[in-house]
Amino acid sequence: MIRAFGYNEFLFLLSAVQWTLALSVIAFLGGATVGLFVALGRTCDVKPLRWLATGYIQIFQGTPLLMQLFLVFFGATVLGIDMSPWVAAALGLTLNTSAFLGEIWRGCIQSVPKGQWEAASALGLRYPGLMRYVVLPQAVKVAVPPTVGYLVQVIKGTSLAAIIGFVELTRAGQIVNNATFQPFLVFGVVAAMYFVLCWPLSLLSARLEARYAAPTR
Amino acid sequence: MALAAEPMSADVVIRMEGVQKWYDQFQVLKDIDLEVRKGERIVICGPSGSGKSTLIRCINQLERHQKGRIVVNGVELGPKHRQLDTVRREVGMVFQSFNLFPHLTVLENCMLAPLKVRGVSKAEAKATAMTYLERVRIPEQADKYPGQLSGGQQQRVAIARSLCMNPLVMLFDEPTSALDPEMVKEVLDTMIGLAEDGMTMLCVTHEMGFAKSVAHRVIFMDRGEIVEQNTPDEFFTDPKSERTRSFLGQILSH
Repeated sequence: MIRAFGYNEFLFLLSAVQWTLALSVIAFLGGATVGLFVALGRTCDVKPLRWLATGYIQIFQGTPLLMQLFLVFFGATVLGIDMSPWVAAALGLTLNTSAFLGEIWRGCIQSVPKGQWEAASALGLRYPGLMRYVVLPQAVKVAVPPTVGYLVQVIKGTSLAAIIGFVELTRAGQIVNNATFQPFLVFGVVAAMYFVLCWPLSLLSARLEARYAAPTR
Repeated sequence: MALAAEPMSADVVIRMEGVQKWYDQFQVLKDIDLEVRKGERIVICGPSGSGKSTLIRCINQLERHQKGRIVVNGVELGPKHRQLDTVRREVGMVFQSFNLFPHLTVLENCMLAPLKVRGVSKAEAKATAMTYLERVRIPEQADKYPGQLSGGQQQRVAIARSLCMNPLVMLFDEPTSALDPEMVKEVLDTMIGLAEDGMTMLCVTHEMGFAKSVAHRVIFMDRGEIVEQNTPDEFFTDPKSERTRSFLGQILSH
């Protein structure tokens, strides 16, 4: 039986936004945590660590996110692990986000002038203290605008989790469309909901960039 | 190699023996022998690219040497430099471009290393910082950020920051080269004050007036070698090598 797209369908889509947001938050937090280590690995003196981090970034930047989700989801099955779409999507997005944030943050860390590293080293600070008290606080300033900007990519990226069966906004759109056969209307509403989530973040990113572009020295 | 044959004297703070360093094929330091005694003040000069900055940066291993020995206060920094932490704690360094931490206040700049490296209490770190900020005559700037200070003030803060670690030796890498002319004096005066208090100092500088009045010994470097070392009197009035004469001719003629 074909239903018309009405208030209930709209509410169903709206409630799916929470799963898109939940997945985004997990991917972002997980990606940020792993990404910090990727960025540190990319900028450290130890060659094998640097190669490892570089390879990690290359692999995740050089393959489609959808393939990564497939590989995690079906790879788990091959390994005999019963992984829910939820966990697979969270894991895949975390890995992907960490590679991109790692590369963004590498640039931010390297933007801190060499003299800062030298002064901190000359004062006797070792790597952990040097990073924590001198380099990272300065790198964070540079990192905030592109990181907020990248959050938009993370949110949009969660839509691919629909394909492995995780019910978030896009998957909810497919479900509603299967019942209503009004694809243009349904996916128009879905797209508008993504836009409402992402647009403020884009604005925020631009504003932060303007603010931090003011010279501090 | 005459210096290396001498017995290790108790008051030798820095000893470099046959130190060599290359950047790829280019040799920046050639067989450097140098001994610095406690309380000694040495000025290193020479044309740009002569290796003078590299030499002092090897002492706290901001640059690694590939051959030879560097011993600081009895601790050897071989090419493997395992004792690096110990040495860096005892050696202060002032840079041409100040390198203050822009996200920290002047006071925090001075407190950071004592707190995190020496592990002193916050109260003690603050007291030490204020002592040295008074000594470089800018205690009233303690709560400002480096970006709010003039170049001369920033460099004086950088000196105070190093002194807060209570170093045995201070290295100065062209400390006045990035300053506007009217600010050179306040920094040199601060350095002279340090000298009067008996600090062991190695200064890479082109301030020949400072060298004449403060240094015990002037070292002239060219193409990675120590060409000449002498007392300032003899260095300026009766240089032995032709290269020294031509260098002095160039910098003192204008």
